[in-house]
Amino acid sequence: MTDKKAKYQKVAYYPGCALEGTATAYDRSTRAVGKALGLDLVEVADWNCCGAMEVKNIDAKIQTYLSSRVMSIAANEMKMDVVMAPCNGCYHNLKKAEYDLKNDQQSRDVIDKLSEKAGHAAYQTGQVETIHALDWIRETIGEKGLGERVKNSLKGLKVANYYGCMYTRPRHIFPEKDQGPGSESTSKPHFMDDLLAAAGAVNVEFPLKTACCGGAHTLSDSDMSTKLVLNILRAAEAASAEVIATECPTCHSGLEMHQIRAQKRFGVETKVKIIYFTQLLGLALGLKPKKVGIHENISDSLGFLKEKGLA
Amino acid sequence: MRALTEIEQRLDDIIVAHGEPTSTDELLRCGEEVLEHWVAAKNLQPTMNKQEGFRLLALHRQGAQGDASFNACRETCRELVYHYNLMAELDDNPNERNACLQMMALVANHLVLFVSGKMAEAGLGDFCCSSKPLHGENIQISEISDA
Repeated sequence: MTDKKAKYQKVAYYPGCALEGTATAYDRSTRAVGKALGLDLVEVADWNCCGAMEVKNIDAKIQTYLSSRVMSIAANEMKMDVVMAPCNGCYHNLKKAEYDLKNDQQSRDVIDKLSEKAGHAAYQTGQVETIHALDWIRETIGEKGLGERVKNSLKGLKVANYYGCMYTRPRHIFPEKDQGPGSESTSKPHFMDDLLAAAGAVNVEFPLKTACCGGAHTLSDSDMSTKLVLNILRAAEAASAEVIATECPTCHSGLEMHQIRAQKRFGVETKVKIIYFTQLLGLALGLKPKKVGIHENISDSLGFLKEKGLA
Repeated sequence: MRALTEIEQRLDDIIVAHGEPTSTDELLRCGEEVLEHWVAAKNLQPTMNKQEGFRLLALHRQGAQGDASFNACRETCRELVYHYNLMAELDDNPNERNACLQMMALVANHLVLFVSGKMAEAGLGDFCCSSKPLHGENIQISEISDA
């Protein structure tokens, strides 16, 4: 048993705001898959927003503090050493806070001061390791273990794996990536590809797997967001994908909503389905569609999944 | 240098038409023109140098200097180059060649859309790639938190 395999069996689970709102299907399927795989999730008590883009754009150090508070609770109150964040935004921000606290004394000073005022222990770098849901499943169960547990193979379902921008960028906040065989790649991420292949999917060559979904433009320039999403959907279809697998709630909801908007605004219809990777893994593990929240997606894939014998 | 909207329209025509005559040279040049816009907007002279044999990659490096968020299109540029090289390796099967050109056009289209978005609002990409606050000149809340 590797160190990580043992270490990640029981993790502090940080769902973040999106998984309580637009991405309840991601939360539901993550918990369901964890349970099916015998992994233990303990939700971070009294967690707060990671700071996301809104807070960061006003004051980056407040964002660092908010993320550090989540890690402090996990470490100092729950005595956990791993925080698992399925949301790319949360994952990114916690990793960034870890980096900033290690490398920027000003950030350190602000966080110490704010933590004292808030009445909790200041987070110390290295107290916890922040991981993504992809790391969690890959390191504990792995492709081989997952393949052995598959009850309802994805049967050659053609999947374009879309990682979005925050899972790998900026490279310096992810020191564990790009470390050779076995590690994740920041230029060509593959953990989602590996897991879904083990569950029976066929991954298509998808050149836009880390390209911008236009999430930051959704409100200020909706047409630009729609065009960026439409291009991703078209590229997935050009690559023969039936499904775009996602692992970021912002990307996922953006793809779903702008797929509809592209039809209304530009008259362009795309048929590719948008499904969280945890939902696909759950189906492969034999879970019912409702257990993994297929009914909660905007992108209606139930009929398609039934046709494919997956629901 | 064509306007970004003209490049976008040309790429859209190629993508929608599925067979509109084009070439990897034209698509690569579209990418270069897009990045020339970005570099010129920063009051720099677009480089004529090459990086790894491609001016596109040198232009990206130039455009990303001092602006980490521009790395959000780094892989898109590299995919454009990859498809350029891939096409040279394909045999004469017209279906394969058309599919490659189509995908290369979609990649180039993503580049023009992303850069057009950033030209309109430099904050696009900040969420994923940099920590630069939009209100960098203002007093930071954390500095006045004792108030």
